[in-house]
Formats: sequence, C-alpha cells, structure tokens
Amino acid sequence: MKQFISFVKKEFYHIFRDPRTMMILLGMPIVQIIIFGFALTNEVKNSQIAILDNANDPASSSLIKEIDASRYFVVARKLNSYRDIEKEFKKGQIKLAVVFPTKFGEDLQHFNKAQVQLIADASDPNVANTLTNYASAVILNYQSRINNQKKLPYTIKTEFRMLYNPQLKGAYSFVPGVMAMVLMLVCTMMTAITIVREKETGTMEVMLVSPVEPLKIIFAKAVPYLLLSIVNIISILLLSVFVLDVPINGSLVLLISESILFILTTLSLGLLISSSTDSQQTAMFISLTGLFLPTVMLSGFMFPIENMPVPLQLFSNLVPSKWFYSIVKSVMIKGVGFSAVWKETLILFGMTVLFLLLAVKKFKVRLA
Amino acid sequence: MRTLRFLLQKEFRQIFRDPSILRLIFVMPMLQLLVLPRAADYEMKNIKLAVVDHDHSSYSRQLISKITSSRYFLLENYPSSYSKAMEDVEQDKADLILEIPANWEKDLVKENESTLFMAVNAINGVKANLGGVYLGSIIQDFNREVRLKWIQFPRFNPEPVIEITSSNWFNPKMNYKFFMVPGILVILVTMVGAFLTSLNIVKEKEIGTIEQINVTPIKKYHFILGKLIPFWILGLVVLSLGLILARVFYSIIPVGSFFLIFAFAAVYLLAVLGLGLLVSTFTSTQQQAMLISFFLMMIFILMGGLYTSIESMPLWAQNLTKANPVTYFIEVMRMVVLKGSGFPDIKNHFAVVLGFAFLFNSLAVINYRKRSA
Repeated sequence: MKQFISFVKKEFYHIFRDPRTMMILLGMPIVQIIIFGFALTNEVKNSQIAILDNANDPASSSLIKEIDASRYFVVARKLNSYRDIEKEFKKGQIKLAVVFPTKFGEDLQHFNKAQVQLIADASDPNVANTLTNYASAVILNYQSRINNQKKLPYTIKTEFRMLYNPQLKGAYSFVPGVMAMVLMLVCTMMTAITIVREKETGTMEVMLVSPVEPLKIIFAKAVPYLLLSIVNIISILLLSVFVLDVPINGSLVLLISESILFILTTLSLGLLISSSTDSQQTAMFISLTGLFLPTVMLSGFMFPIENMPVPLQLFSNLVPSKWFYSIVKSVMIKGVGFSAVWKETLILFGMTVLFLLLAVKKFKVRLA
Repeated sequence: MRTLRFLLQKEFRQIFRDPSILRLIFVMPMLQLLVLPRAADYEMKNIKLAVVDHDHSSYSRQLISKITSSRYFLLENYPSSYSKAMEDVEQDKADLILEIPANWEKDLVKENESTLFMAVNAINGVKANLGGVYLGSIIQDFNREVRLKWIQFPRFNPEPVIEITSSNWFNPKMNYKFFMVPGILVILVTMVGAFLTSLNIVKEKEIGTIEQINVTPIKKYHFILGKLIPFWILGLVVLSLGLILARVFYSIIPVGSFFLIFAFAAVYLLAVLGLGLLVSTFTSTQQQAMLISFFLMMIFILMGGLYTSIESMPLWAQNLTKANPVTYFIEVMRMVVLKGSGFPDIKNHFAVVLGFAFLFNSLAVINYRKRSA
C-alpha cells in the first residue's frame, strides 16, 4: 500500500510540474462550457434578410415592418430585381429573401388573396428550413391580426407547454454533452498517453524491474486523473448552475456517483488503449478517431441519433458517452431517480468491467 | 538551396516511414468523410408522439391519423392519462404529448371552439420548437378541412389570406450532406496542417534530435521551411483526396472553380502551418503540443460555423469568430463549392487569411531559438 501511494505521488508530480498541461486540463471544461452555453445555438435571431418589394404599397410595407420588428429578422437590404437575390446570396451575408409581387396590396384588398414568395439560400439546409418556418410564422401572425375582428367558426385552439426548458435554452442539452466530452477527453486520452509515454521514453522498463507489482503501476497512473476529473465535474456543475442557470433537478449524490462510474469506464478504456499501443502518436490517433469523434457525433447531443442510418444507430450503442449523456439528461434536467436510469448504469458498469479485464489481459509484464 | 533539398528529403522519409502518420493522413479523412456527413443531420423527423385521447371521437381519430401520416411524427404510444404520458417522456420514449380533452369534437361543433393541449420535451430547444411548429401547422390544416365541411365558402375567400410559397436555392433537395462535406474537408486539412507540424517538431525536441540540427550550420529559415513544405504538400494532397471522395461518394461537384479552391487552400495552409509551428515553439513534449493544438482546434472548429451557424451566436462570439482562420475557409469552401462564388466575392477572405499567415509565421520564427534552454 505504501508503495502504491508513493507511485500515486509520483504521478501527481508528473502532472503538477507541467503547469501548461494542467492549466489546459482544468481550463478546458470551463472554456467549453462557456462556448457551448453561450455561443453554440441553433436559434435564429436577428437574421439578416433581403426584401424585393415589387408592389411598394401600404399593405406590403406594413408586412415588411412586421417582419423587421420580429426578433428573428432584420431587413438588411432592399433589392430592385430578381437577379440581385443571387448576387446577395453569393456574398454570403443574406440567407433569405422575401419577394412581393407587383399587385400585392391590390390582390389582398380585392380578391382577399395575395402571394408572398420566400427564397432561401439552402446551401445550409438547416438554416434555410428554420428561416422559412419562422418567416411563415411571422406572416401568418400578421394575417391573423388583420383578421382579428371577425371571429371564425369552428376554431381549434392549441395550448402549448414546453417541459423542462420553457425558455428553450441551448445550454440544457449542451451541458450534459460537454460533461461527457470533457471526461472522455481528460480520462481516456490522458491516461492512454501517459502510460505510452513511459514506454516511449523507456522509463517503463525502470518501473517494471522494481519490486512493485505491475498492475499497481498501472492503477497508480489512473488515480490522479480520477481526481482531476472529479474536480472538472464539480467546476462544470458549478458553472452550469451559477453562470448558465441550468438547474440540477435530481439528486446531486446520484449525479456525482454516476459521473464517477463514467470516469471509471473512460479510465479503463484509456488503460486498454495504452496497453495495446506503443507510441504516443498511435495512442493519440486511436483516442481521437476512435473515441473523440464518436463521442461528439454519436452520443446524441449534437445530432439526433434517431435520424441516422440504422447501422450508425446500432453502432452508437457501443459508445459509452451515449449512455452517460442520457443519464445526465435524466438526472440533472428531468430530475428522475435511479429507477429511471438503472439500465444505462448497468450498461456502463458492464463496459467498465469488460475494458478492465481486457486491459489487464493485454498488459505485458515482460519487456519486449 | 541544397541544404533545403536535403532537409526536405529527410522530412519526407520520416513521414513515409512512420505508419501512424500515414494512417493519420489517409485513414482519418476517409473515415470522417464517409461517416460524419451521414450522422450530421439536424432535420427533425421521427419525433416520437404520445397521444392521450379522452375524446375517442371520429374527429380525434381523423386528426391522429393525419398527424401520423406526416413524415415528421411517429406515434409511439396511447397512454390512458397525462401522467402516464409524462412517464414516457421521462424515459425518453416520447418527445411530444398531445392531449385531446373529452367532448372535444362536441365542443368544436356546438360551441364553435375547442382546445387541444400539447406538451413537448424542450431539453433540446430547437427540436421542441420545430416539432411544435410542425404539429401546429398540421392542426391548422385539419381545422381548415373541418371548416370546409361545415361552411360553404363563397368563390372568393371571406377573409384576406396571404399565400406563402417558398423555394430553396443552390440545394433544392435540402441535402444536408452538400453542406457538411465541404466543411468537414476544411477540418481535415486543418488537422493535418496544425496537428502534424506541431507534433513533428516537438517530437524532435522530445527525443533530442533537434540538438543535432541546432549544432549544424542549417539556417533558421531552412529548418522552418524544411518543416513547412512537406506538410503544405500533404495538406493539398488531403484536400484533393477529399474532393475526390466527395465526388465519388456524395456526387458533390464544385460549382465554382477548382483553381480558386486550391489557391485559397494554399494560402490557408500557410496560416495553419504557421499556427502549428507557433505551438511547437511554445511546448516541449508531444503531450503538451497535442493538448494545446487539440484545445485550439476544438475552439476553432466549434466556433467556425461547421455545426451551428455563426449568425445565431451572440455578438461577442461573432466578433471572436473573426479571429478564427477556420471560419474563413469554411465559408469560402461552401460559397465556392455550393454557390459558385468567384474571386470578387471572397477577396476579403483572401486578404484576412494572408494576414493570419504572416502573423503566425513571423511569430513562430521570432519564437524559435536554435540555442537550447
């Protein structure tokens, strides 16, 4: 036990005496939370649009005013011809153009029916879709306002309730994702690399010929990263509660113990990678392509899993962070108890055991 | 000049004899280009719906079948009460609850008005919002059908109606892959540039071979050029490879000129390589270099507008993206590949990236010391 503790101490020195690395390890989650929390949203607000008003009558200008006043759009350009739209799109600033036909007001007055054309730059289909939807909503709103006086028969009203996140903040779905991402990065990548580094610089030999049991060497490597990750979790949680106003609705103890379970999963994965590779660059390559990208892409916080092709959906089940992401979302934001997440917990636990067994089996005590 | 040639020879040998670097250059782009665009689809479909129908009338059944026949919604469950439906939401079995109150049809016909209740899991705000918009428009449609059945409308509409038609330019089928592939190509080129250069130099530091170079009469700029040129070429190779893959697997053919893409990439790579050099002068181990470039890359990529559009960021973040070289290349790629923008449209981008290239490289040269600490 004493030996083990002194090995853990050694590992701590490794980390503490490299302040640059440590600053990044502890600073990364903070920067990520701030970027994700504030900057990364798919919301549309004050999007610059162009107007081609061929009618130039009171009706069209009052609708333009309505569009300009909505919080989604700012009318940035008034165009003179259809050809200008393409020019503006090519410059890249403007993503939506609203076109009024020449007799817009007349048609609306005499025939009670007028047309508006929305032209979107669909090189980004997502933005195009959202902008078109929001613009239609604004126009429909305007229409129902001018119809306000007459009450229509047979009206179906709808009442809409936003559960869990009434202000529709992006942070609610990003915070759990960032937790999974940071832990994956800090634990898996860093443990994988530190062990391989000892192999690469040759110090592993020195340790293997010491009287300490080889497995203890490996576990001693993992302890500092476990503690660092716990610090990271706490800072992420503090930031999300006090800076981003994302509440912790469920039990804090449950949340933290699930996080520790996930840290153990990622640590054992890191150990597995390190015992099967020999160079830092390979370890890095595996962690990056094999772990980091799947974590970002397939855990469900960037892109909805249910939209992916079936093979990818099945593959996503193998990504540990997918399960952790769902646990954090349930416990932290929905506020449900253990009974709702026992399945995910069991899966993570199983993965941990599997990785550990494989890592121990693959770890070579003998020198090559 | 001869010195430089020998240095280049050495670098190329080093690269081609290291399988892990080769894998990084050839396997990673393949994997990413083939997998990422398929996963990255924001379009909301398959929204899981739970319907609580207290009415059990013919209208409620008609409404439900109208909703489920749209391509956005999947009817998951018919819970008997709202609280049962909430359980489904808690277990992620449902995203949206539609509650039809008892006597809904009767109220609609007799009282001329009746109400539907909807609740949506809003943890993912955008999904919730769009789901609500879709469901709302389906219900409005249904409402119109009901009205048509009960009222004989005159030839002209009784109240003003604005018809909205919409069209999508440059990508009429709304194919998300057209949008993602050019962006991912940029990331690949950047990774090769920034990661590999910084790792390469730091590796020489870590295993001590840099001292051998430092004691030779090789000039500072020889050394730096010797490191830059191979990765500059590799970056362009990865770009061509990526364009070929995009052509073969996604049939994406740039609308604009290839020459413009490569010209921009050439300048852009200088900037990114300069950044890699700069990182390597600050660090002394591969672990540090990797972490720092990873950290920078992550911020650059996330703030570069690849996944989320820059306009929806708050103003301070939008200003930050102006200091991000990746933003410019992603924009240029998308403009040239999808819209066929020409040089006049992107000349500002050119100027800015050229500025970055000068800045990073001169900082790196100033920072590089032949003397060991």
